[in-house]
Amino acid sequence: MRVFVCMSYVPDTTTKIRFKEANTQLDDASIQWVINPWDELALTRAVELKYDAASPVDEVEIVMVGGVRCEPILRKGLAIGADKATRIDVEPLDAFQTATQLATYLQGKDCGFIVCGIESGDYNEAAVGGMLAELLDYASVSSVSSVQFDGDAPVYQRDVANGKEQVKVDGPAVLIVQKGFARVPKIPNMRGIMTARSKPLDVIPAIEVEPLVEFVEYAAPPAKGRVKMLNTPEELVRSLSDEAKLL
Amino acid sequence: MSILVYIRNVGGQLKKQSLELSAYAKAMADALNLDVTGLVIGTMADGELKKLGNYGMSRVLKVDDEQYNQRVNRVYTRIVEQAVNKTDAKYILFPDNAQGKAIAPRLSVRLRAGFIPQVLDLPSSFEPFTVKKRAFTGKAIATVTAHTERVILTPMLNSFGLPENAQDLEIQSFEPHIEEPDSRLELVGKQLSEEGVQLADADIVVSGGRGMRSSENFAMLEELAATLGAATACSRPVADDGWRPADEHVGQTGKIIAPNIYFAIGISGAIQHVAGVSGAKCIVGINSDPEAPIFEVADYGLVGDAFQIVPELNEVFRKHMHEKK
Repeated sequence: MRVFVCMSYVPDTTTKIRFKEANTQLDDASIQWVINPWDELALTRAVELKYDAASPVDEVEIVMVGGVRCEPILRKGLAIGADKATRIDVEPLDAFQTATQLATYLQGKDCGFIVCGIESGDYNEAAVGGMLAELLDYASVSSVSSVQFDGDAPVYQRDVANGKEQVKVDGPAVLIVQKGFARVPKIPNMRGIMTARSKPLDVIPAIEVEPLVEFVEYAAPPAKGRVKMLNTPEELVRSLSDEAKLL
Repeated sequence: MSILVYIRNVGGQLKKQSLELSAYAKAMADALNLDVTGLVIGTMADGELKKLGNYGMSRVLKVDDEQYNQRVNRVYTRIVEQAVNKTDAKYILFPDNAQGKAIAPRLSVRLRAGFIPQVLDLPSSFEPFTVKKRAFTGKAIATVTAHTERVILTPMLNSFGLPENAQDLEIQSFEPHIEEPDSRLELVGKQLSEEGVQLADADIVVSGGRGMRSSENFAMLEELAATLGAATACSRPVADDGWRPADEHVGQTGKIIAPNIYFAIGISGAIQHVAGVSGAKCIVGINSDPEAPIFEVADYGLVGDAFQIVPELNEVFRKHMHEKK
């Protein structure tokens, strides 16, 4: 069973975010790009399933929409254990463009399921997975926290408002996964890094597609007021109740 | 024409977020001379739905059919689409949570409508539609426009407030036409959670970090949470080490929450953690290190040993809650 993992690349979580061109563009000069953390968890679990003899997953392919700057990220994904990576060569302007590029590539490709991290650490839209599922007319299972197998049939566990559910899908599904799908990302070992060099990394051209929304300007969030240091629990309760009026 | 609000149905109960969405929609509707219509899928009593009328909603379409109590994203998307067509909705609002975002992006594709999640404020313009949203996990605010005929928004919890605006709420049955009830998704098991307060919806959250030193010590945070009717949460290292379940992890790579009060206890306040709670109305930092970065983002701070402060705090809160009653 082949599994696709859709990945995006985002500024490292500790990066300071700055803008340029009159605050209309991200200043990427000093940004360290990393695999989007949720996608890294998705890939970690997919690779674990590939190495688990009890699971039917035997092939993991990464798909990413992005320019040449994301190739080191794809190599890292291959070092973690994916068999193949495909880069669709365009810097997307919105989630709809990303999803359309992915859908165009994935349409009709045989697979067990497609995994997307719940959101990306840059625009935080949680949009691509759902859009991709609709474009492919596949089921989407969101808030997925684990995958088990009943024979060869995947059983997906999803978090719902009042508990957990296990669902089966007839045919391929798009899984939108969150933390818990894997707990910590797999760190590539030396052997993985060496073999990643010879694994296929295909680059394919993008199709033309209009974005649905436009990011016109950025600003820093409003500065936080100074903290009020208190001395006793009584003072805290009084402040929360009488001053902040939250109790 | 109207503004359509997707009402989250949690076992027949409304969530505060739906009231906020109704109030948000009403503010937009007044500017555009539209009305606010809600859509609820699955069983919910009229008495519960009536609460929406206090916050600006004038009509609810209810799809009261047991076969839809089970959420199937593909089917729900089609039901909302039909409600959009029936009400000629130009704007469609979903809650900014996992359920809203399971459906809204699918609908965006079907309607080719601009999808703007994590909205922080009312639109600054309608021609073209322009609104501010959260970006880079709270490190920036983006101004976004959509030139599409319809626009889908997910306003964030606590981004607008809850002004009352009583309307005569009309409740109508709505029967969607779903050709093939989706046989592609089959429910094979379900476990209801035991704990009372869900993290994503909690007004108060009591959260612990490495400073709690062991999983056993979280018992005192659970006690404090019980006193306050709060949910419990934790920082990333705590979840990664298995002291607490992964779904309690709050932060950039965990849950993003916006409670009224967030207690960060024994949490240093790394930027990745703060990204998960920057929407909170009030952050209380409790840490033994007066230089801890949590005090740069907290509204109130207490310096000291959590093992001494938390039980004391629990007592004071217990007394306060008792007096309030």
